Amino acid sequence: MKRVGLFIPCYVDQFYPNAGIATYQLLKKLGLDVTYPTGQTCCGQPMANSGFEHLTQNCNQLFVDNFAEFDYIVSPSGSCVLHIKEHLHTEKSAEKAAAIRTKVYELVEFLVDILKVKNLKAKFPHKVGLHQSCHGQRGLLLTQMSELVAPYFSKPQQLLAQVEGLELIDLKREDECCGFGGTFCIVEEAVSVKMGKDRVKDHQVNGAEYITGADMSCLMHMEGILKRENSKIKVLHIAEILNAG
Amino acid sequence: MSTPTKTHPELSAVFNKDEQRVNWHDETLWWIRQKRDKSAHSIPEWEILREKASQIKNNALANLAEYLVSFEEKAKANGIIVHWAADAQEHNQIVHQILQKHGILQLVKSKSMLTEECHLNEYLEKQGLEVIDSDLGERIVQLAKEPPSHIVLPCIHKKKEEIGDLFHQHLGVAAGTSDPQILTEAARVHLRETFLTRKAALTGVNFAIAETGEFVVCTNEGNADMGAHLADVHIACMGIEKIIPKRKHLGVFLRLLARSATGQPITTYSSHFKKPRAGQEMHLVLVDNGRTVQMGREDFRASLKCIRCGACMNTCPVYRRSGGHSYHNAISGPIGAILAPNLDREKYADLPFASTLCGSCSNVCPVKIDIHQQLYKWRQVIVQEGYATSSKKMSMKIMNYTLSSPGIYRTAGKAGRWVLKYIPFAVNNHFNPWYKQRDMPEVPKESFGEWYKKNVK
Repeated sequence: MKRVGLFIPCYVDQFYPNAGIATYQLLKKLGLDVTYPTGQTCCGQPMANSGFEHLTQNCNQLFVDNFAEFDYIVSPSGSCVLHIKEHLHTEKSAEKAAAIRTKVYELVEFLVDILKVKNLKAKFPHKVGLHQSCHGQRGLLLTQMSELVAPYFSKPQQLLAQVEGLELIDLKREDECCGFGGTFCIVEEAVSVKMGKDRVKDHQVNGAEYITGADMSCLMHMEGILKRENSKIKVLHIAEILNAG
Repeated sequence: MSTPTKTHPELSAVFNKDEQRVNWHDETLWWIRQKRDKSAHSIPEWEILREKASQIKNNALANLAEYLVSFEEKAKANGIIVHWAADAQEHNQIVHQILQKHGILQLVKSKSMLTEECHLNEYLEKQGLEVIDSDLGERIVQLAKEPPSHIVLPCIHKKKEEIGDLFHQHLGVAAGTSDPQILTEAARVHLRETFLTRKAALTGVNFAIAETGEFVVCTNEGNADMGAHLADVHIACMGIEKIIPKRKHLGVFLRLLARSATGQPITTYSSHFKKPRAGQEMHLVLVDNGRTVQMGREDFRASLKCIRCGACMNTCPVYRRSGGHSYHNAISGPIGAILAPNLDREKYADLPFASTLCGSCSNVCPVKIDIHQQLYKWRQVIVQEGYATSSKKMSMKIMNYTLSSPGIYRTAGKAGRWVLKYIPFAVNNHFNPWYKQRDMPEVPKESFGEWYKKNVK
């Protein structure tokens, strides 16, 4: 049996363990041999996107040491996966790093492209808004992008359609950025918050009870805004919905 | 070289104080982005066109020197007087000298972002000349003594009531007028008078054709034509990257330009200039101003493919909510943020960070510039060259220290969660930019790692 290494990004580990647990349980349910290498920390993206990619050698080496042995590496975060795919380099283990870049998957793409999941047996009887995180969508091509003249497809929708009782709501701007953007949310606080407020409002006016997505970081940002507004809308990582019921 | 200026986060925070205005700015530009989508989707071969345009531009840049020499030769043969300017200063001097030679003190200009980049108006005004911008949007910002906030829609940040006030002050329109019809009429009368009395006209250049030595200017108001056709002297200014190899390539760009910019099938006027009419003098100034330096930077060379459609601005969720002036540069938005650091790294060190790297800009770009990838690369260069703030450097070093060791990471995570849970005011205060308008995440009872240890291993 192929071995799957579970890559749980640092902020998911610390603040959203439920997204990690749901990912783990879902993969186990699907009959996979899943291991969480306990020596992992972070993919290094927060530093790299801030212009400090040169400081990420240690993170990169740790990542390689933790994950090189697996057949697949799966993570509930499109943005972190994209970072690994595009920027994981090490001097000491260049070949291993190159191999990792080709076998790291975001959860949704792993379920759709590799496992070809057709029947999830999940149940979630709620109105759900899907947030297309930019790095997942435009970087990993999880969904067709509204800017391009090309046939439509959506991997997260393909999975959510298998969830009993779930009603996916329509959005006015289906793939607009929420404004999280890593350290952008701190450095550009004013614009980041305004983007988040607008993103959340689109879900609100269209009757969402939950906002979901394949990137917990965008959801964390929107959750912060929802809570400040005393909104009843909750955020859930897509793994938690696909694992529900 | 650098002049102190406020940074993008500071300027956009000011813009965001008026949320209604931000909403209106965002919605207006989004409406244009939607028009662009509709227009693009009506062309089944849209993506092929983009690829073609990208390849033509790659070819043009790879053989730039040859094409420029060929262009100059043909243009001269057509009777155009060709000048070369190494930088903004030289460009301004050349224009000034041409006007001086003819004893002309008044210039009518049709929108040219290059002259904005070179600060030509400021320069000529200091020499005692009068410059009138003839495109409506440009004229409005000129009356307001502001730079354009968008390369295609220069006064998109102004509401019609504000334009009414400006026209009341400067053009004698009745106070309180905000009817676009009346305002446009007033501008038209004022500009007609300008066209009829100016002896020199300056236009930009959208495309210069190496094969024939002719150039094309695209406008919606026809002002370039009115200026150029009525004036004794026509001066056209272009960045050296505006060259395309052959006339047959023009169709590819004309199909893409207006659709990307505003959703129109084509600009109202695509005017071809090949030679001066009898009795007219036609000058063409080819400007470098940092372009050959950018050519030499492999990672950023593709930014020179830009055809100035502004699609990246309209789609950019950050631009829409921060306004063009927050970029404190002639060219704003995502493309401006990759062009500006080429000219002055220190002054524009903030701009590559004014993005979430969402990638929408690269997707709408009609010549397929990898805009968001270049923003990422500029961030690395800017930090390596020492333009990061010391607090940012410090926090990144701490982050690196923490994340380099699983043990330290776990301890720090636990400590952080403990602080959030038991002394939340240590983080929930105004020193924390996250907390200002957002709540912190709720603290879970254990990390994933701790759960895994207990439940799996």
